[in-house]
Amino acid sequence: MSVTTPTPVRKTTSSRPARSSRRAGTAGLAAALLSPTLLVLLLVIGYPVVAALRLSFQVSSESIDPDTGFKVTATSYGADNYASVFSDDRLLRPWWNTTSFALASVTLEVLIGVAMALVMHRAFRGRALVRAAVLVPWAIPTAISGMLWKWIFNSQGVANEILGAQVLWSSDGFQAWLSVVIADTWKTAPFIGLLVLAGLQIIPGELYEAARVDGASAWRVFWRITLPLVRPALVVAVLFRLLDVLRMFDLPYVLVGPRKHSVETLSMIAFDEMTNLRFGTAAAYATVLFLYVAVVALAFVKLFGADLIGRGTRSET
Amino acid sequence: MSRPTQGLHLPMNSEEDTVSSSRIAVGAGQGRPKPPGARPVRAAAVVAAVMCASVLSACGGSDSSDTDAGGPEKSQDRGPITLASGKDTTGTLQGQLDRWNKQHPDQKVTLVELPESADQQRQQFIQNAQTKSDTYSVLNLDPIWVAEFAANQWIDELPAKEFPLDKMIPAVVKTGEYFGKQYAVPFNTNAGLLFYRKDLLDKAGAQPPTTWDELKQACEKVRKLPEGKGIGCYAGQFDKYEGLTVNFSEAVASAGGSVVDDKGKATVDTEAAKKGLQFLADGFKDGTIPQQASTYKEEDGRRDFQSGKLLFHRQWPYQWTLANAKDGSSEVAGKFGVAALPGLDGPGKSSLGGLDLAVSKFAKNKATALDFIKFFSNEANARTNLKVTSAAPPYTDLYDDPALRKQFPYLATLKESLDTATPRPVVVHYGDATAAIQESAAAALSGSKSVDDALADMQKNLSAAVAAK
Repeated sequence: MSVTTPTPVRKTTSSRPARSSRRAGTAGLAAALLSPTLLVLLLVIGYPVVAALRLSFQVSSESIDPDTGFKVTATSYGADNYASVFSDDRLLRPWWNTTSFALASVTLEVLIGVAMALVMHRAFRGRALVRAAVLVPWAIPTAISGMLWKWIFNSQGVANEILGAQVLWSSDGFQAWLSVVIADTWKTAPFIGLLVLAGLQIIPGELYEAARVDGASAWRVFWRITLPLVRPALVVAVLFRLLDVLRMFDLPYVLVGPRKHSVETLSMIAFDEMTNLRFGTAAAYATVLFLYVAVVALAFVKLFGADLIGRGTRSET
Repeated sequence: MSRPTQGLHLPMNSEEDTVSSSRIAVGAGQGRPKPPGARPVRAAAVVAAVMCASVLSACGGSDSSDTDAGGPEKSQDRGPITLASGKDTTGTLQGQLDRWNKQHPDQKVTLVELPESADQQRQQFIQNAQTKSDTYSVLNLDPIWVAEFAANQWIDELPAKEFPLDKMIPAVVKTGEYFGKQYAVPFNTNAGLLFYRKDLLDKAGAQPPTTWDELKQACEKVRKLPEGKGIGCYAGQFDKYEGLTVNFSEAVASAGGSVVDDKGKATVDTEAAKKGLQFLADGFKDGTIPQQASTYKEEDGRRDFQSGKLLFHRQWPYQWTLANAKDGSSEVAGKFGVAALPGLDGPGKSSLGGLDLAVSKFAKNKATALDFIKFFSNEANARTNLKVTSAAPPYTDLYDDPALRKQFPYLATLKESLDTATPRPVVVHYGDATAAIQESAAAALSGSKSVDDALADMQKNLSAAVAAK
């Protein structure tokens, strides 16, 4: 839904270099050509966001018509929905779940993803096969991989068989949380791997040759050449994943189930409110999540400097 | 290249993205210059058309629902329809629909299969109703949703006179009523039964239990046998979902209590409710109920029972046919029996399950939908249904039919169960009510809350859900 889309952060002026003044005459044409896109964006992104905001301030009270038994709904506007969101002890737990999922699984995914990329980057026999195999989890839809892992984590499933233990993964508790982290990491580490691989492939080979001539250790080469040069790609990958995990819904919902405290995320709470027909509070939860995602994304970008449109990788003059 | 630029922007939908993509578009289109302004104009027209269309359809939607307020009774519309129903665990639904389709080639019914979990079925039904979608014509509803769906005017009132309701079990017919009107017609009904391993009980010299104490004693005896070593004693549906509400309500009713009384007041702070929940919580603690049963839905427990890992299983009758399958899928075929649920001091009380058929308010071809419900819920079909799926029919006669009794020796037990079965609370905000029950019951079963605390919380939350009318 609209909830998960970050707002347009800044105007575009900085990305258009001064040389465009050379073609000042075409500025009008550019604006004209852009306007349909902007209109469509306004329609498909702007409108839902505004509608959701409006809905979050819509307070409805219900009553039952004593003659027909039909529901009669009266609506007014106010901040009641937000008041109930913040006064309710239901906010903190899903917020923490959302955040801890993001921290844990993104960390794991970066470690595994980078390792995958390094492996895929090397020249060896059967490399194509490895690359294809690594991407399989990423190609499976989340809901399907949720079902897949649900079977693995079934009380009589493969996971317990291998562990030789009777872990109740889908009951509430730390193990349920862990099962979501594992499934999410399995699914999306290849994504990070892929982006990092792309970053690795544009590092010039001479740098490594020079390092070898200088007698640098493998670790030093990784730390001083590979990592800094692959950083822009990595940062973008992490940002994408972060945004994704913060609005996670399908995986815990399918894998563990609704209303399980240890895995309930903010999106799930919003969904739960919605299915119980409290659309106002649902929109309020969604708006809170939206703001949280926006703040985290902004903070991340400020801290690490994500280079999203590739200006840093091209020397255009 | 490694140096990040300071103008940092978010991806998707930022204007930046637009700029770069349109830049590409401009480059690609350079060969064939277009008159400036032509595109935006056309695009604006498209956008305007889209907006108008969406506005119009929204208006049109509410208009049409006003005009055909007469419901299926007055409708003359015939044509293809759909039947939205939960996961068909029997695998025979399509065959029944094929029979209708053969007779009505121009009014075909298509099966829309929903998830196995009742909560997820409800969510899909509600989403469809919310969007006034005509995707689902006939809804196969859990009886507990009838009040909510009728109160929200998502389903149409049905002409009660046109159905043989007087031939059905009264308590079952009542599940389709709301405010004195019939909104849904029973397709089948359901009550929980106690499936037990007859072979093991016989060997241990025990009788099928009628009380919880007897159940535990029988279990101890069986566990002393070499064949019964380490067998799970008792399981039901204890995952945190609708099944838990059913099992909790049964435990309370079997101890002589009720979840919501006749006047619609929550009554789980009683001594009887406490004894009911205590039985389940103790069962988990002392190993009567295996730990993994806290993650069980119907099918998980059935797998366990069929592979011989359970001595007693609280289950709906559908398990009979599947556990009796002689194709090797069941290790207990011919080795088990069925009894009424045990209770505190005597036979227990089951929750009333089953499925009711209703017509979606937003459906097309309502005349066909009504005809289809008549066909689908008639006695002949209920009989076939019982024969192939062992689903409990709503018709009283079928329980006394000697041929059927011979094929399904548990029918008498089931009838007994149905006669004493109690419906789950009739609440418009059933979603909140069941959530309140599941929340506290799960806490008590896992031991994270004492039975007393759990019930105190439940009483508070359930009262709020029931009162929110």
